Amino acid sequence: MAKFMYLFRNNSAAYRSMSPEQMQHTLKKWMDWKDELDKNGTIKPLGERLDGMGKVVRGKSKSVSDGPYIEVKDFVQGYMLLEAKDLDQAVELAKGCPVLESDGTVEIRPFLST
Amino acid sequence: MDHFFRHEAGKMVSYLARIFGLRRLDLAEDVVQDALCRALESWPVHGLPDNPSAWRMRVARNRAIDLLRKDDQFRYFSPELIQLLRAREDASKDIAACTKEIEDDQLRMMFSCCHPGLSTDAQVTLILKTLGGFSVSEIAHALLAGEDSIEKRLGRARKLFRASGTGLDFDAEPEIARHLEAVHQAIYLLFNEGYHGSQSEQTVRDDLCFEAIRLALLLSEHPAGKKPKTYALLALLCFHAARLDGRMDDDGNLIQLEMQDRSKWDPHLISSGFAFLEKSSTGNELSSYHLEAAIASWHCVAPSYEKTEWTQILELYDHLYRLNPSPVVALNRAIALAKTLGPEEGLAELRKISDSPKLQNYPFYAAAQGEFHLLMGRPSEAALCYQRALALARSRSETNFFECKLKACHQGAA
Repeated sequence: MAKFMYLFRNNSAAYRSMSPEQMQHTLKKWMDWKDELDKNGTIKPLGERLDGMGKVVRGKSKSVSDGPYIEVKDFVQGYMLLEAKDLDQAVELAKGCPVLESDGTVEIRPFLST
Repeated sequence: MDHFFRHEAGKMVSYLARIFGLRRLDLAEDVVQDALCRALESWPVHGLPDNPSAWRMRVARNRAIDLLRKDDQFRYFSPELIQLLRAREDASKDIAACTKEIEDDQLRMMFSCCHPGLSTDAQVTLILKTLGGFSVSEIAHALLAGEDSIEKRLGRARKLFRASGTGLDFDAEPEIARHLEAVHQAIYLLFNEGYHGSQSEQTVRDDLCFEAIRLALLLSEHPAGKKPKTYALLALLCFHAARLDGRMDDDGNLIQLEMQDRSKWDPHLISSGFAFLEKSSTGNELSSYHLEAAIASWHCVAPSYEKTEWTQILELYDHLYRLNPSPVVALNRAIALAKTLGPEEGLAELRKISDSPKLQNYPFYAAAQGEFHLLMGRPSEAALCYQRALALARSRSETNFFECKLKACHQGAA
């Protein structure tokens, strides 16, 4: 088994136009997808949680601003650590992720083996 | 978890609208949308927090404080508002006090939505938006209106609130009593939109019905709304809702009461209906809700259409007609009359209201005539009536229903 990180990026505007009911449906899809991963016995709920908001330090001027901004296209929604047979399997599993439905991305990064 | 996001939205908007004032309803709605988005960004990846409701309220509160600090309009009194927002944080330790506050906020919002300066259509729209957590397109879909006309209704309401400020004085008993009537009416209308709006799909219509029941329940649990008339309304809604599953066939066609499979009616809702009906009988006022609830209760307990207590129902319709002499009540009364005294009497009664403009486009007037003719063994007259009804049918399910009746007439005539 190898370790991977899923990094979820989403257009942060994607959810803003949703109604509460649609949001609930989307949340349910995520829960179903995670259940699916769980059943595979692959997902490892590791790592800390990310708050949606924080600060951004930028460039040489080291300017600090609130971030990420609402209009950020590839807002990092969060990450997940998992174990899979290989990269191919990790990719297959990622295809069920609901973030893809709002045109987001799942970046799959293998851990460097020590 | 059913409709959790929607109901949470209603609670949060009500709470923030109290803090900001109704003038800034738009701001309250923005903050809530933001808090819901944050939840949706965070929860899928990180899992549900232990107390989702409190989590979201905290996010909304922080966001509100953020905005207040930046908003020019609030510059002069924002420290005070921030204090108010913080107060909830302390109160959250006391769950009972917090729950009561949330209920108060929603009640205040309910009364504000039924502002006398708004049309009943606008009131219902506003209730669905602020308390129900429905989006504009969902409301348009449910009320069979265009999105632009829903936006217009909401726009007018916001304009009114900006002009008249925070609305009614929630601590003034007489003022509350005066507005209660409008709140009842809006809830009743909301329910009817779901119950009779036969063009949208079943799930949407059920949503409206149960939203109306949820709001009526909320009202009945609050000192401001805990009145016999509220219980009567609630009883009526329960009796009607109990029959929701039995009145449509698998293809979404309306099944006439006569043909409904009564085993599909919900016994729990029926017994809730009776519990509320009992609570409604404490005062000395007999409202139309009382009478309609009593009529519905007789239908709910009848073993069959034929074995219904039509004499009791007729008596109730007599009362109801005196209270509310509308053509539709007269029509229903005529049907009960035909059941007790015979179709000839029913037809005579119908003739009395034949020129009512309200019934000109109402297919069930012609349908009742057809039914009576059929019972009297006059299938060709009946067929003419059903043809008229068919021409007035407002939905596919009504069309199907009248076509079935027409077929029966032709079979009878052959």
